[in-house]
Amino acid sequence: MIDLSVDEEHDALRATVREFAREEVAPVIGDLYEREEFPYALVAKMGEMGLFGLPIPEEHGGMGGDYFALCLALEELARVDSSVAITLEAGVSLGAMPLYRFGTAEQKERWLPPLAAGTALGAFGLTEPGGGSDAGATKTRAVRDGDSWVVNGSKSFITNSGTDITSLVTATAVTGTDDNGRKRISAIIIPSGTPGFEVSRKYSKVGWNASDTRGLSFTDVRVPAENLLGTEGRGYAQFLSTLDEGRVAIAALSVGLAQGCVDESLTYAAERSAFGHNIGSYQAIQFKIADMEVRTHTARLAYYAAASKMLRGQPFKKEAAIAKLVASNAAMDNARDATQIFGGYGFMNEYPVGRFYRDAKILEIGEGTSEVQRMLIARELGLAG
Amino acid sequence: MPNIVVLVKQVPDTYSERRLSDSDHTLDRDSADAVLDEINERAVEEALLIKEAQGGEVTVLSVGPDRATEAIRKALSMGADKAVHVSDPALHGSCVIQTSKVIAAAVGKVDGVDLVIAGNEATDGRSGAVPAILAELLGYPQLTHARKVVIEGTTIKVTRETDEGLTHLEASLPAVVSVGEKINEPRYPSFKGIMAAKKKPVETLTVADLGIDAGEVGLASATSTVVEAAPKPPRAAGQKVEDEGDGGAKIAEYLVGQKLI
Repeated sequence: MIDLSVDEEHDALRATVREFAREEVAPVIGDLYEREEFPYALVAKMGEMGLFGLPIPEEHGGMGGDYFALCLALEELARVDSSVAITLEAGVSLGAMPLYRFGTAEQKERWLPPLAAGTALGAFGLTEPGGGSDAGATKTRAVRDGDSWVVNGSKSFITNSGTDITSLVTATAVTGTDDNGRKRISAIIIPSGTPGFEVSRKYSKVGWNASDTRGLSFTDVRVPAENLLGTEGRGYAQFLSTLDEGRVAIAALSVGLAQGCVDESLTYAAERSAFGHNIGSYQAIQFKIADMEVRTHTARLAYYAAASKMLRGQPFKKEAAIAKLVASNAAMDNARDATQIFGGYGFMNEYPVGRFYRDAKILEIGEGTSEVQRMLIARELGLAG
Repeated sequence: MPNIVVLVKQVPDTYSERRLSDSDHTLDRDSADAVLDEINERAVEEALLIKEAQGGEVTVLSVGPDRATEAIRKALSMGADKAVHVSDPALHGSCVIQTSKVIAAAVGKVDGVDLVIAGNEATDGRSGAVPAILAELLGYPQLTHARKVVIEGTTIKVTRETDEGLTHLEASLPAVVSVGEKINEPRYPSFKGIMAAKKKPVETLTVADLGIDAGEVGLASATSTVVEAAPKPPRAAGQKVEDEGDGGAKIAEYLVGQKLI
């Protein structure tokens, strides 16, 4: 017996977010994107809808839903815009979830409710200037000094790290070496505004232009010892599990972008006429759109399958990697085909497909590059390197 | 603590192509996605705002086919407490007067109603007459086209907006209010609200349950029927003016000619 249907409540959530994306996001996102402005008003509304608390229990200010609910919300948002979607994705899966999974009762009580309400955003500082995929090469160090940790180092490409409502960044840092001389990596909560914690200007990016992405630097940043998140020396393992979930979320977001390309192409194919007929009547366009639909559908099944295992508590590392790989490829391929269908208009920023094209590339890079996904899949198949 | 009934209606999504059925010119419900009418979302929102400020209970009332439960669920997920759904094949093709009679009978099934809130006009039928007919049938004062509603004890104050200006109305409860587009911005249901909605009671009634004979409602005995519907003809091409340095003057000339300036 196999059932890939979505239950009534999740379906109602999807319909609600679809309406929100259509009514609230679509009319304003083009301008925000062009001006590279963070969508504060939209984030506030998403907070009121409870989107930032979807997988977080009610006792911590969340909605008491599950991670699949978050995935559906991301898919529907990304169908219209990825900047808003990644702001939600990073806020929940990287900002709030590590605190929920690994935090002490006090840490959860202090930090989670505003994050779940979307009135504050948390960021996750993992990538460094000298190490992306090679996350084990972390150079940031945290040294215990009495009742404090003293953090020095820097981080790159950190989403949601410099907004007006960012409350904290969870940074990975080397806290020592084990008996075999390997680095002990830990996660430390660094509240925004802590002296010595500098947030750089926003990067100038190819896409995701209405989202907040910055570099961070830590110079003798002193935080209380209780800001250690989870177990000392387990930071690496903790973020690996965080990333497995995050990959399913990024897959959902990618499916949304791929679906958005199908939506836009279908509308345009029915309106645009060339050589006396709607371009949708030509096989060249029909086959492109058919291929786009195939990729979207396949990628959606892949993330549903990964989410299904995740929610059942079964190992899902391989399925998450497959979903992320397939879905990000689908997004990139569909964005390329959609802009081709739009012709010259596809190259104009005023049409959504141009934005989709710019936003698609990062999906093959962020939360593990496509190469990293293949590495993980091969490893799960028992191939050792 | 006002006890409020909100009228809601499921309509075809204005984003999709809406059609009438070929056989009897009633709404072709399969041709478009069905949604809770947006003006009803504002009616529900207004009821919830009153409830949040003053307490009370919000009951959603819908007359419509079985699938209208989706629209009812949405209103419940926004925060309404319970629902009454009148669903009966006999209602197919009912006119506004028949529909209003059914609504009036259904309002009577809710105990101690202080206020009935409706949208001022649905996006499908667009008769905009139900709130007034309902007020007449119930013997309640009607305060239509509201852009502001204030309840003080047993008094209701409404600011009515028309093209001519604002009218300030006052009446005693119970009353019927219909709200306009500017009344509020409806909330989106949260996932918590969606989960809670499935546990909220929905009472389903037939016209017989309301003491109405099936022959009194429906297309056969409707006071009016739709004979034909056709899309508006496309707008004729406008007048083109070449700008040869005197474009401004020509535009002014045209506007004066049309008595626009």
